[in-house]
Amino acid sequence: MNNMPDAPEKNGECIELKYLVNGDNFTSAGEASVDVKRALRELGFDATVIRRVAIAMYEGEINMVIHAEGGDATVNVYPDKIEIILSDKGPGIADIDLAMQEGYSTAPDNIRALGFGAGMGLPNMKRYSDEFNIDSVIGEGTTVRMVIYTDKD
Amino acid sequence: MKIKEIIDLLDAEVYAGEELIDSEVHSACGSDMMSDVLAYVKDQAVLLTGLLNTQVVRTAEMMDMHCIVFVRGKVPTEEIRALAASSGIALLSTKERMYVACGRLYAAGLRGGDTL
Repeated sequence: MNNMPDAPEKNGECIELKYLVNGDNFTSAGEASVDVKRALRELGFDATVIRRVAIAMYEGEINMVIHAEGGDATVNVYPDKIEIILSDKGPGIADIDLAMQEGYSTAPDNIRALGFGAGMGLPNMKRYSDEFNIDSVIGEGTTVRMVIYTDKD
Repeated sequence: MKIKEIIDLLDAEVYAGEELIDSEVHSACGSDMMSDVLAYVKDQAVLLTGLLNTQVVRTAEMMDMHCIVFVRGKVPTEEIRALAASSGIALLSTKERMYVACGRLYAAGLRGGDTL
């Protein structure tokens, strides 16, 4: 199970939500995204913005469970943007350009049988973000940072 | 189209969200690949799928979908039903195959809607 956040930390105009994404259990993948979706709805964000954040983060959660035995997710909510930082201590990505290609995947067959691993995760995360960066070091891990602006569709 | 019309058209069983069957849905999509649903779906309210696991419900929830139809007679587990119930998503199961189920709903006026 994901650790649901305690009270969100308010730091000036930023609300920080933190989650531990459990890598042992594919069933629980997505719980953090569901919680972010609920929090953003309560804060009154536009439905399209909420959906973009939820999808980008959900694909990221699935990736961390498939490839990295889980990791940490931090969501910083500002009035004008939502920043998602997903950080894992997995094997790292050898060729980021290749990983970004639609259809390229290293996911095992058991994950494909579950409806994922089609090589759409990273492209989807980029598609739904306004800013998208990956930092990856082989053998150390990967950090993905996505920003979604709240004032555009 | 109301969800209860889908139930009639597909001779479907309801496994969660009985209280939602009078809600209106305006478009649908059919896929077994959840990443494709996440990539291409915009405002489709109904997901037809042959895939049976909790991530199907999660995917529908991310996309703000209201109804999942499992094709080829697949029956959702208790865990899947509970997740759908807590997410406000109706779960149906039909014995029809994907192609026939989609065709019947399309012919009755439930179209594909927009894509992103």
